[in-house]
Amino acid sequence: MTEFNKVLIATSLTTAFLCYSFYLYSSLPVHETAFTTTMDRGKDLWQEHNCTACHQVYGLGGFLGPDLTNVYTQRGPEYITAFLRNGNLTMPAYHMNDQDIQAMLAYLKHIDQSGISDPRSFKTNYDGTIEQQQ
Amino acid sequence: MAPSNSNSSSIPKYFLLTGLFLLVIGMFYGVLGGFQYLIQGFLKSWLSFDKVRPLHVSSVVFWIILGASGSALTYMQEHTGKGLRWPVLAYAQFVVFVVSIFAILFSYVFGMFGGREYWEFNPWFALPITIGWIMFVINFIASIGSLRNQPVYVWQWLTGVVFFLFTFLESYLWIIPYFRDNVINDMTVQWKAYGSMVGAWNMLIYGCSMFLLTKISGDQSIAHSRMAFALYFTGLFNLMFNWGHHIYTLPTHDFIKHVSYIVSMTELAILGRILWLWRSSLREARKHLHFTPYRLVVAADLWVLLTLALAIVMSVPAINVYTHGTHVTVAHTMGATIGINSFLLLAFVADILTRGGQVPFVSERLFRRGLLLANGSLLIFWISLIVAGILKARWQVMETRTAFSLMMLQLRPVFIVFTLSGIVLMTGLCMVVYSLFRNYTSTFSSDKLS
Ligand code: HEC
Ligand code: HEM
Repeated sequence: MTEFNKVLIATSLTTAFLCYSFYLYSSLPVHETAFTTTMDRGKDLWQEHNCTACHQVYGLGGFLGPDLTNVYTQRGPEYITAFLRNGNLTMPAYHMNDQDIQAMLAYLKHIDQSGISDPRSFKTNYDGTIEQQQ
Repeated sequence: MAPSNSNSSSIPKYFLLTGLFLLVIGMFYGVLGGFQYLIQGFLKSWLSFDKVRPLHVSSVVFWIILGASGSALTYMQEHTGKGLRWPVLAYAQFVVFVVSIFAILFSYVFGMFGGREYWEFNPWFALPITIGWIMFVINFIASIGSLRNQPVYVWQWLTGVVFFLFTFLESYLWIIPYFRDNVINDMTVQWKAYGSMVGAWNMLIYGCSMFLLTKISGDQSIAHSRMAFALYFTGLFNLMFNWGHHIYTLPTHDFIKHVSYIVSMTELAILGRILWLWRSSLREARKHLHFTPYRLVVAADLWVLLTLALAIVMSVPAINVYTHGTHVTVAHTMGATIGINSFLLLAFVADILTRGGQVPFVSERLFRRGLLLANGSLLIFWISLIVAGILKARWQVMETRTAFSLMMLQLRPVFIVFTLSGIVLMTGLCMVVYSLFRNYTSTFSSDKLS
């Protein structure tokens, strides 16, 4: 491989990568989003308490606890509140005030409304791709 | 074998030694995490899993980062035959990294988080890490000098240092409301960054491995060959575009998934090549087995094969939809970070400390036994995680799922095997690390005498 060809390939790949990246930044998948300050506070709490260490969202996270993507519709706010207040054998009890509980719930609701993570909701195709069934 | 030159700065050795220390404490936290899988509420009141997991993962990730940058800095000096352009900059980088890393680990112990998976620390800590890395980039490029007609490993190192910086910064775009204000947008960019970041540190490590192989075989033409560059460009292509396989089930753009599915399949060519050359690689390996550090390279080769095969299978969306969210992912991650990254890094450390075989290897038996123990237990460790993952995948698709806690209870026997093999793995790797440490102290004292 000549030096010229190497530089050509590397430059083309890097240009393609940068175009791909900046295209993605400029056209993120979700345009309309009603993200309130309460939700934002919930997201902060989620990160400050490192819920991800034990829980997943869309299957990503630690695996000691269950996936919480759709816990809001599956379990409802009262059940979640009880968990946050009391924890369980593994999960710490979070002594959050009512405002923080509301924020956490709002964030979990935001996640819930963004889609469905359950693998049973997908159909597999012969070419190896998958499709979500509504 | 190229002799290491007297100009070369010894600061990178401190990177390696600190890295080894982080590896040991990281494994210790891994074992604690294993026990937390087995005993509900184990250490919950003062070191619950939300602290143990980041302590484990960050320690080992920093081992990889320090190990990779220390090895690349050392080998780059061997390659150029000159020292670092600015040794003081490498020293500053070292201090910045060490202070930040230990501050981060302490903050976890006190339950202070604020980041995201893998970088759970408060985002302010990202600032010194970025600054330290920029020093690294500047020093590295300045020390290499001319970029003309360089062997493939220099391309790999440069790709690694530059892309790590890019992806690390990208992984902090979430601080900006535009990216943060929707969980799908946020996770898309997060996994774009993470996917490529792993590719970036792999470039640094594979570059060092290429350098070591060239050095052992004494044949520079390998690192200039067409094949070496073809593999490098395939790797680069994957680093840039295959990250979508982490988020097949996320309701994000379809094109991301299609691009990454197609790009990931180009790795079949690499897998095919490894299998095709299997016998001749084995013959080549036998020739160099007497060189103790090389044994780790052979072990890593086996893990490249296993990990790549698993990765390709998991990159098919129709399979990924089942394995995603299970311990199959953990098997893949730990298989790669231990079997490939850590084994190779340990090989570099062994090579560097014994000056490429110029000084006798101290505690060789301990090293070889430790490696054997680590390799065998890693296989059991890895298989147990895959089994746990498959059982969980079956639970995930049950028409009416049993309770999560019941499923975890059913997986208990597998987690017992996982934790026990994890303890043996830690023991084996600690034996290897201890023998390396013995080598360090013996060369250190002989340096002082001479
Ligand atoms: C140390 C690990 C750990 C941490 C940290 C943790 N959890 Fe949990 N969580 C669990 C476990 C284990 C369960 C129990 C699942 C079961 O047995 O059904 C659980 C259950 C839950 C549930 C009920 C889920 C269901 O479907 O029944 C919710 C909601 C929840 N956690 C929210 C959170 C939030 C929010 C945070 C962060 C503020 C958090 N958890 C932090 C381990 C953890
Ligand atoms: C060189 C040694 C090791 C390295 C590099 C390593 C690396 C990692 C990485 C990168 C993860 C994150 C996985 C993911 O998110 O998919 C992880 C998780 C984990 N590791 Fe290790 N690991 C090592 C050794 C061990 C050992 C010896 C144990 C002992 C049992 C262990 C137990 C765990 C546990 C319990 C988790 C968390 C799994 C979860 O998310 O629920 N690790 N490790």
